[in-house]
Amino acid sequence: MTDKERNKAMSYTDNNNTEPELVQNFRVISPGRMVAKRFFKSKLSIAGLIMIIFVFIFSFVGPLIIDATWGYKETQVFKIERNTDMVTVAQFTGPDGRTYDYYDKSQTVIIFKAPPSAEHWLGTDTSGFDIFTRLMYGGRISLVISFIVIFLETLVGIILGGLAGYFGKWVDQLIMRIVDVFACLPYLPILLVLSAAISSIETIPAEHRIYYLMAFITLMGWTGVARIVRGQILMLREQEYMMAATTTGISSIHKIFRHLIPNTMPQLIVSATLGLGGVILYESTLSYLGLGVPFPRAAWGSMIALADPSRGQEILAYYPNMWVPAGILIVVTVLGFSFIGDGLRDAFDPRMKR
Amino acid sequence: MEKAKIDNDYILEVKNLKKYYPVSRFSISKNRAYVKAVDDISFKIKRGTTMGLVGESGCGKTTAGRSILRLHDITGGQVVFDGKDLSKISPGKLRRMRPQMQMIFQDPYSSLSPRMPVGEIIGEAVREHRIVPKSQYRSYILKVMRDCGLQPQYFYRYPHEFSGGQRQRISIARAVALNPKFIVCDEPLSALDVSIQAQIINLMKDLQEQYGYTYLFISHDLSVVEYISDTIGVMYLGSMMEMGDKKRIFENPMHPYTKALLSAVPISDPDVKMNRIILSGDIPSPVNPPSGCKFRTRCQSCMEVCARKVPKLKEYEEGHMVACHLYSQD
Amino acid sequence: MGLLNIFKRKKIEGIDNTMYLTLRDERRISKENNKIIKYYERMKARKNVPEEEYLTQMRDPNNVVEFENLHTYFFTDVGTVKSVNGVSFDVPQGKIVGIVGESGCGKSVTSLSLMQLVQAPTGQIVEGSIRYKANDGKCYEITKVPRDKMLKIRGKDISMIFQEPMTSLNPVFRIGEQMDEVVLLHEDGMTPESAKKRSIEMLRLVGIAMPEKIYSKYPHELSGGMRQRVMIAMALSCNPRLIIADEPTTALDVTIQAQILELLREIKEKINGSIMLITHDLGVIAEMADLVVVMYAGRIIEKGTVREIFHSPKHPYTIGLMKSKPSGKTTDDRLFSIKGQVPNPINMPDHCYFYNRCDRAMEVCLGEYPKLIQFSPTHFAACYLYDESRLSGDDLAKE
Repeated sequence: MTDKERNKAMSYTDNNNTEPELVQNFRVISPGRMVAKRFFKSKLSIAGLIMIIFVFIFSFVGPLIIDATWGYKETQVFKIERNTDMVTVAQFTGPDGRTYDYYDKSQTVIIFKAPPSAEHWLGTDTSGFDIFTRLMYGGRISLVISFIVIFLETLVGIILGGLAGYFGKWVDQLIMRIVDVFACLPYLPILLVLSAAISSIETIPAEHRIYYLMAFITLMGWTGVARIVRGQILMLREQEYMMAATTTGISSIHKIFRHLIPNTMPQLIVSATLGLGGVILYESTLSYLGLGVPFPRAAWGSMIALADPSRGQEILAYYPNMWVPAGILIVVTVLGFSFIGDGLRDAFDPRMKR
Repeated sequence: MEKAKIDNDYILEVKNLKKYYPVSRFSISKNRAYVKAVDDISFKIKRGTTMGLVGESGCGKTTAGRSILRLHDITGGQVVFDGKDLSKISPGKLRRMRPQMQMIFQDPYSSLSPRMPVGEIIGEAVREHRIVPKSQYRSYILKVMRDCGLQPQYFYRYPHEFSGGQRQRISIARAVALNPKFIVCDEPLSALDVSIQAQIINLMKDLQEQYGYTYLFISHDLSVVEYISDTIGVMYLGSMMEMGDKKRIFENPMHPYTKALLSAVPISDPDVKMNRIILSGDIPSPVNPPSGCKFRTRCQSCMEVCARKVPKLKEYEEGHMVACHLYSQD
Repeated sequence: MGLLNIFKRKKIEGIDNTMYLTLRDERRISKENNKIIKYYERMKARKNVPEEEYLTQMRDPNNVVEFENLHTYFFTDVGTVKSVNGVSFDVPQGKIVGIVGESGCGKSVTSLSLMQLVQAPTGQIVEGSIRYKANDGKCYEITKVPRDKMLKIRGKDISMIFQEPMTSLNPVFRIGEQMDEVVLLHEDGMTPESAKKRSIEMLRLVGIAMPEKIYSKYPHELSGGMRQRVMIAMALSCNPRLIIADEPTTALDVTIQAQILELLREIKEKINGSIMLITHDLGVIAEMADLVVVMYAGRIIEKGTVREIFHSPKHPYTIGLMKSKPSGKTTDDRLFSIKGQVPNPINMPDHCYFYNRCDRAMEVCLGEYPKLIQFSPTHFAACYLYDESRLSGDDLAKE
């Protein structure tokens, strides 16, 4: 057989047999780009992205703008005097034995709980802090905490889940049993007990409480990631390209880092994104109960806690400007992360949809 | 002197290869049940030739191919590759030997990592084993790609852009790039369309001619095996039933199973009506294979001795071995 | 920045152009598609349609099914896939019609169109007609039959055998329960007892030795060949006039394949029905079929009796397909192979789809799609090689 024949059979349109040019005059559609394209195709994921971008700008760029314009600080107290009607109501028994209502209307001066105004867009709270400014700082801490926690969870999860999946046998048994133990602990009660214990230990300064908080949430949360990673690795090990990597004699380290981990990433990114919202909720819950971010610092949870009915109905009823915005922000953030997570999942694996 | 000569003729020698899988991993009883996926098979492959391994699904041909490449541990037996016993070699040494023996996989969709561009898929191991100096790396990969009928522009593209046939070419290029001596082809055509199959067969034949590869071609498609192989082994339930030169097997099949298998292949001619031997029943479970000859439950010329004794693979004419009681076992 | 590039529009010569569509294009396409799909879906969902609308007459009373200029399109987000693009052929009573072609050539979609099982809402029958003569002598125009009426036809008069015996049986029900259900659904006046009797009878018919035992087993307890037998028994249980076998043996081993093919042939004799056999395996076609339809990229490129197709194939694709399958007679050093690959089904060119793979392509092939040319009463092929009126002097000289 001649070379000519061979070329005819082998090449379709390739007619330059000299050193071919590798100029990229075409666009390579990488898997990442396909994912991005599918992601942006869904309106819901774009909505989620806009929500999260808004929250990010609000909490990270917002404080800088406030600093530059009004110069408000997170814990700056504003004493705004204003007159307000004070109504005193009481009942007493008159000399005739009947019950009478006592009703007295007077004026008083209060310096906190200012209503929304041009200087303080959402007014001030019971301590005289500017609510709008504190929403920004609260968002900042919530987002930072959730990102750090998710990063740590994922890291621990990858390492332990990866070890379990890759080595199998007794390593797998040991790690997965630890995961089982952690997974059967009730998440919230344990967090409450631990946080309460930390805040009662006087040697720990209040500012450091937040680090312990992050550590606890991480400790309780890594098991999910570890399970995902292990499951993925067990599945990927059966894939023929892993076997191909073995037959071509690629070293274990390269096999793990070039083949296994990149292919577990989609699942991890999705679970991490969906997890971010969860961590924000836990942080808010703890702050609401006074066990999270310590008092003078702002947190969305503790801002809502002002309206706690057990401390009186007044704020819940008459000052929605103090707690509704924080609630809205929590909802927007958690929803935003969920939308993005769902969008990513559909984008990574189009078969999940429909 | 004598031994060295034999080693030179045969690139691969499989002796009594066994691979058993335990049925349940946490069985309490000591008498664990095993699936005898590969049960004591032996064969040799001559340098530069193609051996076809045929059989139906579950007959252990894929397991045999993977055992030979030591993709998993083997239960027993020896695999001598190029004079070295692979079953005794250390993992590190084995890894360095890997480029010499490659594999082409069945499913072109799962055998390429979806997150790597084509150039990287082909070249990853080339770099790892330093097959060519760094300066020549790219032109070498491009040359391999051209050999396999892939356009150089594909270098940066990802597998999801390609059809099954092109993916199989990439898979072949990955194997060929390492300069192997021996390639196991595990049903490389079964996922492809007929018109593409012919292209891949031609490609594989061309490469063999050019570089003198030795193939172990595993397939259930007898017509393809007949076309591409020099010698053929017929497997059934983990055992070798018949083995020999292609011509002898196809012209004079001796084992009843081979006869049935050959007659079952549909022929692309409406006027030729084969005298078809229709096997009754299904393949028995490999966990609990029949005693004696494994084929006896479906065999039309089954005798009383078949249940008692396992027939041995014996040579009846030159280059033609059969394991059947129909032929004298002495 | 990488993300922003997606929105940019660039012209690229590539393998699969559909991947390079911009988001805006895809949105536009899906909007257009929605409009079309809505129209067809509304047509199908109508209730209380008068019978006259979907009753029709067969062209030839000997046919069970007549396909005429059938177009089935898939309206996907990356463009319209013309899966079946003007297919016409007949299935005569008591014959086996083999449809052969490579994956994606539309052979399965043709049969699914007949069952109105094309995956909606993206897949729709756009044009053409499928006439079907039912047991009761009425002729239905399948493309116009409303959904509720179709339920009665499907399964009873036409039944289907699928490729994957693993997944076409429900794993949580016993074989018997699944078989009885079909009988009870389609046959009037059946009691559970008589349904069971019928099922066991059918299992015996397909050559299962102990039908009572199989009747009470779960699908996972059976082997692949056994499951396919059960599927065939199920397909037979309502006395269908037509069985569609979609790659019935592709997932099976050769020895089992031989059994199943043998069985199908026997069954056909017994029930005096017709079989539409869809496969990519020329050998199976040669052995089973009476009439053969060769499809390529949604079109019929050649049809005829099995002898005509195998002994004097006309279309270069059919010829190539036969030559590219190695057989014992192949002695050449190289196998003949058709170059290139199956074209992308989206944005097909107007000229012959086989043009860029054909080794006998001519200039005239770049013109409009060739019409079917008749060679004998039954043999047709769509190729300019045989169209003398279209050949210019130049091309003839080259020949």
